[in-house]
Amino acid sequence: MMNDNPLSEHPLKVNRRHFFSQLSVGIGSLALGSLLIPDLFTRSGPTQVSPAPGLPHFAPRAKRIIYLFQAGAPSQLETFDYKPTLLQRMGEDLPESVRQGQRLTGMTSEQERFPLMPAAVGFKQYGESGAWVSDYFPYLSKIVDDLCFVKSMHTEAINHDPAITFFQTGSQISGRPSMGSWMSYGLGNENKNLPSFVVLTSRGKGNSQGLYSKLWSSGFLDSKHQGVLLRSGHNPVLYLNNPDGVSRSDKRHMLDHVATLNELHQNATGDDEIESRIAQYEMAYRMQMSVPEVMDVTKEPEHIVKLYGEDCQVPGTYAANALQARRLAENGVRFIQLYHQGWDQHGNLPDEMAGQARDVDQASAALIIDLKQRGLLEDTLVIWGGEFGRTNYCQGNFDPKNYGRDHHPRAFSIWMAGGGVKPGITYGRTDEFGYNIEENPVHINDFHATLMYAMGLDHEKLTYKYQGRRFRLTDVAGNVIDDLLA
Amino acid sequence: MKQRIGIATILAGLGILMVGYLKVKREAPQSDLVQAPLPEVVDYNFHIKPILSDNCYTCHGPDANKRKAGLRLDMEEEALGELPENPGKFAIVPGKPARSLLHVRIHSRDENQVMPPPDSKLSLTWREKKLLEKWIEQGAEFERHWAFMPPEKAPLPTVTDTAFIQNEIDVFVLRKLEENGLQPSPRADLPTLYRRISLDLNGLPPSPDILKFADIPAERVGISDYIDSLMKLPAYGERMTQNWLDIARYADSHGYQDDSYRSMWPWRDWVIHAFNENMPYDEFLKWQLAGDLLPGANREQVLATGFNRNHPITQEGGVIQEEYQSAYVVDRTNTFGKAVLGVTLECAKCHDHKYDAISQKEYYQVYAFFNNVDEKGLQMDAVQAAQNHFFADPPFITITREETEKLLSIVNMEDTESVNVMVMNDSMPRQTYVLNRGNYDEPGDAVFPGTPEEILPFPDSLPKNRLGLARWTTDPANPLTARVFVNRIWALLFGQGLVRTPEDFGVQGSLPTHPELLDWLAADFVENGWDIRYLLKKIMLSATYQQQSRLTPELRQADPENLLLGRAGRFRLSGEMIRDYILATSGLLNRDIGGPSVKPYQPPGLWEETNAGGNRGILTKYEADSGEKLYRRSLYTFWKRTLPPPNMTIFDAPTRDFSEVRRQQTNTPLQALALQNDIQVLEASRVLAQRIIGSGQAEGTWVPEVFRTILMRHPSQGEREALGRFYRDMYQRYATRPEDADPLLQVGSYQLKDTDRARTAALMLTAQVIYNLAETITRE
Repeated sequence: MMNDNPLSEHPLKVNRRHFFSQLSVGIGSLALGSLLIPDLFTRSGPTQVSPAPGLPHFAPRAKRIIYLFQAGAPSQLETFDYKPTLLQRMGEDLPESVRQGQRLTGMTSEQERFPLMPAAVGFKQYGESGAWVSDYFPYLSKIVDDLCFVKSMHTEAINHDPAITFFQTGSQISGRPSMGSWMSYGLGNENKNLPSFVVLTSRGKGNSQGLYSKLWSSGFLDSKHQGVLLRSGHNPVLYLNNPDGVSRSDKRHMLDHVATLNELHQNATGDDEIESRIAQYEMAYRMQMSVPEVMDVTKEPEHIVKLYGEDCQVPGTYAANALQARRLAENGVRFIQLYHQGWDQHGNLPDEMAGQARDVDQASAALIIDLKQRGLLEDTLVIWGGEFGRTNYCQGNFDPKNYGRDHHPRAFSIWMAGGGVKPGITYGRTDEFGYNIEENPVHINDFHATLMYAMGLDHEKLTYKYQGRRFRLTDVAGNVIDDLLA
Repeated sequence: MKQRIGIATILAGLGILMVGYLKVKREAPQSDLVQAPLPEVVDYNFHIKPILSDNCYTCHGPDANKRKAGLRLDMEEEALGELPENPGKFAIVPGKPARSLLHVRIHSRDENQVMPPPDSKLSLTWREKKLLEKWIEQGAEFERHWAFMPPEKAPLPTVTDTAFIQNEIDVFVLRKLEENGLQPSPRADLPTLYRRISLDLNGLPPSPDILKFADIPAERVGISDYIDSLMKLPAYGERMTQNWLDIARYADSHGYQDDSYRSMWPWRDWVIHAFNENMPYDEFLKWQLAGDLLPGANREQVLATGFNRNHPITQEGGVIQEEYQSAYVVDRTNTFGKAVLGVTLECAKCHDHKYDAISQKEYYQVYAFFNNVDEKGLQMDAVQAAQNHFFADPPFITITREETEKLLSIVNMEDTESVNVMVMNDSMPRQTYVLNRGNYDEPGDAVFPGTPEEILPFPDSLPKNRLGLARWTTDPANPLTARVFVNRIWALLFGQGLVRTPEDFGVQGSLPTHPELLDWLAADFVENGWDIRYLLKKIMLSATYQQQSRLTPELRQADPENLLLGRAGRFRLSGEMIRDYILATSGLLNRDIGGPSVKPYQPPGLWEETNAGGNRGILTKYEADSGEKLYRRSLYTFWKRTLPPPNMTIFDAPTRDFSEVRRQQTNTPLQALALQNDIQVLEASRVLAQRIIGSGQAEGTWVPEVFRTILMRHPSQGEREALGRFYRDMYQRYATRPEDADPLLQVGSYQLKDTDRARTAALMLTAQVIYNLAETITRE
């Protein structure tokens, strides 16, 4: 007999594990008639990614992370690191005493002069915290008291590929697990109908650099911790949709037969993988409902659309992704990774910066406001930033209306919000040229250690042994920056 | 309401159960260990070294810079000597645990004294402490690391159940089973065995006529002939090459962020050819490592060296070429270590190896072999490269059509006139330095080509270049090369190697489950001229290989991981094999060999979404091929490193950013979705259905025929009934709503035959059900 209830599962042999999963789905459907309910038995279902024993290491402040990655590296000097000296000394060469032999990329190594270039727009102080924000970001400037600025980030990498790989995996060399994979490995999944680590991408009009699946790869960790790319449009997860002419009840009927035959074979072979495969098919079946449901922003009320901006109704935009990030967070996804491409301003910076900022300003601020009004900000950690900074001298012709900035690994700015970090503070300081760090440097390893701490993980303890070595997200370094934590 | 309360009560109860369960689970290992008896004789390599390496070497191991208290535990002389910072005291006094500081300190309750120190987050179990104590009592004997001693054929052990034995392999396996009170499994039935052998040797299902043999009594003569016949098929070389492509990090793009096109596929064609010619493994390696340096090297030998140039090359604007040139040499060095020697050389790039006796200096000595290439780094971005047909960084060779009609007939040029392939040369000798912390801009002491002493000293008689390195590698005295390869072949046939870490034969790697067997096979392989087919056949003719793979309740209890080999391996097929299997059984498979890589179906938009935007050369947009090219074997699928074919990566294929010698075996919902909804699978189901319906047989035979075609066996009664029911349900469903059948049957571009719509749709979905069975994608 065909089974038309889309929520029902294949009636497996009742065993203990299965009993749990049956029950939890039953409750979910009873309570809400929706698949988007974080599973009450987060550690029980066979399709579940459970945390490793003994985890988290201590009480977490944040349960999930939304990482708004600005790929290409936005300039700190046009965003949050205000440097009036650059205006005063505009056009002067960067003193060698400041540069201190910093290596140059091939883009500017042939350049004869390194003339200092101030920001094309003004800066003002906002909020009770008095944080400086450039005029490119009118929306973020209104919520600075919820943000925690770090102006003293630094890295060793000077080219995009190694730098972004470093940020995502703790190593410049390809092959290590992504941050989100570590979190999934350490903390498991809160929702059995969605993956624990998802990725959303968007692209601005600015000069952009590629993204690559290795950035959300689980490396040597089990592939179930791999980031799942959610795409805009009709097929948000690869191969999610049934072919035309096959309905959901047809699919249910097929899966029941697949399962029946699989069970026969399991009895004959004793292979436990078969039971696990049946469970994966059920998870896939549920994802066919839950993913489109969580991705569907068309039912969001008018005031929310207004908050994020009209773009949030246009699939594939940063604003749409930001809104989806909130929906994913609400549904217990552990690590939500956004990438917005287009921040590589080697030239034409003022124009491109304006466009990039327009793409992300309103929606980033809206996300914070929205999470806050739903009570989610307290256990959701939001991070905004790129892979390195940009030079304080101009690349190419010296033209204050149309200049560029090269890569600068020694100092750059990011901000964080929610999830146990101190709101309304600025941590770290660069020199008057915005070139070197003067106070409280934060290395990428420190940054990772701090994120992990907020999530209840000891970065030295969450290890995975591979090729004879215990690997960590923070490799062999990293200190938790207590001053960032509330 | 009542129901809610009931559930709440159950929840609370389960919560308590769970807490209890987790608690017990966490404590269980400790109590297990307490009960496990200590061995009669404690063995250094098998019992002690893993403890020391895992817990002590970080501060008391090979890395001189991190060594504490001057104590080194990996070398006998230092470990037994007087402690340099503690005159009159010794870490280990053979026979006297109480006088051995090692023993005293691991038992200390003083936080400042206890080893390993609390801040290391490491601690020893009770059993580990007892093992160390007993080892010291028994005289604290050291041995060289097992994998660094040349393999030898040990005498065959004695066993009881001689009826099981087909060849030497079985004696070693049976001995272990008997020691553990277990029996081997019975031989697999013939259809299973034929399917297993065909998948293992050709990566394809057996040809359908194999079913005819199913009723022949189990005689091994037939198996031997069958193995021979499959090894002669070109599909054999393709199958072996598939594996080598991960190891050699082969791709059709340069990697890094721009990731535009490169033309390395003629090298891949050479690999297929080499396997199909059964080139001995030592030659195979020699050509790839140093074919260009062989006396009077011919073009084929030079082409083989493309192996060393398969690494990613950056095209990012503004990179410092010197930095990347160093990265490329590092990649070659690490690939050589991992793929050929099975040693994590890369751990010694920034400092002395923490566990294995490989110094940072030795790392750069190996590096020096690969550091004389006249490479420039890509000089053009992706767009310029597309305009100028610049798809290879020098040095490269240009293969012309004319040439492929003669010596290089192994290269399938198709409609191309000429193609550039990156190869090796030594035309730019560079002085190599130890790079401080591995940084290209921090050179330290100058070094010269050499190899790690502990593995095998580099003889003066060999030239200090890659050819010398290749000869050192394939010297029968090299303890690693044959072992590592034999282990990988074993893994190919059992799902797991005898050493479970095929990438690491060092002290932190797994110990072999059957050390004597591994050594016997390695020695036998070398004695027989590094003959790969000989090795495969030797293993496949063993009773061990031919056992059934069923996990009986006894085996599940005694050996769930099959460490003792009391059954054959059963494991999920790779993404490539699954796709090939589906193409072959549906009749779609195009068996052409070699040539430029092809672009089968892929969900639209994937490349565009992640590339850097705008025109990025010829890999900006994925445009699927059409016609026969959609049905080539999967090893010919275009490999773009930043976005490899999703229907392969979903099944655990690596990105090929670097050498990988083993794939994970996961089981995920994304795999379930791919098998259900990938056009390639749906189209194959449809084509198979229309073929069977078109054959004119009675309708009642269709479902069993689909089953036999896919699974190579007859369905059981239960299977027949379940599938028959499903087919009838689906027929009714599409007969009632024929408008749904049309779009379903339109899937894929292969010609739609004029068969009954509702019946074709129903049989197509029946085939879909079978393609989605665990059995279909499992090698049993």
